[in-house]
Amino acid sequence: MTLAPSQAGQAETAPPLLSVTNIEVIYNHVILVLKGVSLSVPEGGIVALLGANGAGKSTTLKSISNLLRVERGEVTKGSITYGGERIDQLTPNELVRRGVIQVMEGRHCFGHLTVEENLLTGAFIHGGKRRQIAEDLEKVYAYFPRLKERRSSQAGYTSGGEQQMTAIGRALMSRPKMILLDEPSMGLAPQLVEQIFEIVKSINEQEGVTILLAEQNTNVALRYARYGYILESGRVVMEGAADTLRNNEDVKEFYLGLGGEGRRSFRDVKQYRRRKRWLG
Amino acid sequence: MGPFLEVLLGGLLTGVLYSLVALGFVLIFKASGVFNFAQGAMVLFAALSMARLQEWMAPTLGWVAFPVALTLSALIMMALAFAIERLVLRQLINQEGIILFMATIGITFFLDGFGQTIWGSDIYEIDLFLSKDPIFLFEDVFPGGLLVDPYELMAAVIAGILVAVLAVFFQKTRVGRALRAVADDHQAAQSVGIPLNYIWLIVWTVAGLVALVAGMMWGAKLGVQFSIALVALKALPVLILGGFTSVPGAIIGGLIIGAGEKLAEVYVGSMFGGGIENWFAYVLALAFLLFRPQGLFGERIIERV
Ligand SMILES: Nc1ncnc2c1ncn2[C@@H]1O[C@H](COP(=O)(O)OP(=O)(O)OP(=O)(O)O)[C@@H](O)[C@H]1O
Ligand SMILES: [Mg+2]
Repeated sequence: MTLAPSQAGQAETAPPLLSVTNIEVIYNHVILVLKGVSLSVPEGGIVALLGANGAGKSTTLKSISNLLRVERGEVTKGSITYGGERIDQLTPNELVRRGVIQVMEGRHCFGHLTVEENLLTGAFIHGGKRRQIAEDLEKVYAYFPRLKERRSSQAGYTSGGEQQMTAIGRALMSRPKMILLDEPSMGLAPQLVEQIFEIVKSINEQEGVTILLAEQNTNVALRYARYGYILESGRVVMEGAADTLRNNEDVKEFYLGLGGEGRRSFRDVKQYRRRKRWLG
Repeated sequence: MGPFLEVLLGGLLTGVLYSLVALGFVLIFKASGVFNFAQGAMVLFAALSMARLQEWMAPTLGWVAFPVALTLSALIMMALAFAIERLVLRQLINQEGIILFMATIGITFFLDGFGQTIWGSDIYEIDLFLSKDPIFLFEDVFPGGLLVDPYELMAAVIAGILVAVLAVFFQKTRVGRALRAVADDHQAAQSVGIPLNYIWLIVWTVAGLVALVAGMMWGAKLGVQFSIALVALKALPVLILGGFTSVPGAIIGGLIIGAGEKLAEVYVGSMFGGGIENWFAYVLALAFLLFRPQGLFGERIIERV
């Protein structure tokens, strides 16, 4: 089922910016959630991490950004390297300073702060560099003109789309090299989802920011990403170039909601799942 | 009219001190979700170090001993915040709230005991160089004017300045903004690179400095003694009234409790045979718990997706 990366056309020459090797994550010392996940993200790429509810997408992103500890999760096996260096033991603060920042699922804006104050918190690591921060703020407003209009509203009272923009804009303020973007489409109207993905794409192209994207919305994600991994109960069950995945019968059937030419009966589907479980 | 206003004013001025203690609680609770039982002990500890350092230096330095003792006490409170963050909070990161609360009880007993060991356990004085004579205000407006205790007036002025400085710090500075961000959402604050340890160090330092101001004013008025730690118990009804997360709530709650208990003592106390000043605040708090548990200014939780 797994397509070799080379076959999928991923650049083999340069070493990946981020590589996650065989990580295992346990919550509360007992709940094993990731059972050996490996993935790599090339510099300047957009890579999608796909899968159903509870597959482990957010957990994977949080193990990279080291936000697991707050939820009493722990990476117990495997390694994570970024730019050739191990980053498993770094604090989120150190990671943000190195350019790795996560935009969490559900936006997590600071509700009592204004939109602009939210954006400014993203520049915390840049301390008192006023000039740079003012420039970056204008840049964020250029990407999200809507935020400029809402700059002095309390973030808690803005719409879901505006909060998503605020969360992405806030991350941009840190001048990231890599954004771990968790489910930006969540709860947004299709048109808005499209708009946000367009902006993410231009951030990727113009700022050269590498993106690792976790999404349930496989359809949109595979249109914007160049490569994808599919996660099921804590394991990577499939990976490949975005086009390859989009045209794969199983992906069509399970994640894109296409019938796969009526080839499979419901029983086959169940068998497929059972096989997965056995293999896993 | 004159006597009523006098009682009211006296109550409000005492209330300012309650507000200061409550403010320390609120700061720490907002930023770290920890109910800091040790706030009262911090007030006592700060007052003790202030009193003893001043006493020790006064013979040689005269009035200069006051600013020097104040500065040293401030440094001591900072060192204390540093030690608490390093030795306690950092070790207990991500534990349940109740465990952190227990830890602050531990800190309370340590501070009470340790403070008295190094500073002594008598009654000490802090000299603010104020006259003990009451001052009269508004003599043109009322016959005889209003009688005011200069210590209380001073406390109110200092508290006002302190609150204004804190407001600017929270609203206008980068670290203040980060503090508010942490209060809103720990995990999100971490995700943008705000280090929680550093923020905790800051809030405990600020709470320590607020405790110093409260302890100094209280100590100057009543003498520095163990009972100061019990003032913190008065902060509880203030918090219930004002809400645990609201800075203006702590201030207004303190004023209401301060004024309320004095007025109640003077005007209805006789019906209960006096002494209601000691429990009035708690009854008021109880009534609030029944009818408005979030307090006067308890922050509304903004829920919106
Ligand atoms: N803090 C936690 N403690 C215990 N279990 C957790 C915790 N967080 C997540 N899990 C479990 O880990 C599994 C993976 O969760 P995760 O949030 O990574 O999934 P996901 O792929 O992001 O799902 P979704 O699409 O719903 O966001 C789930 O079974 C979830 O119940
Ligand atoms: Mg998720």
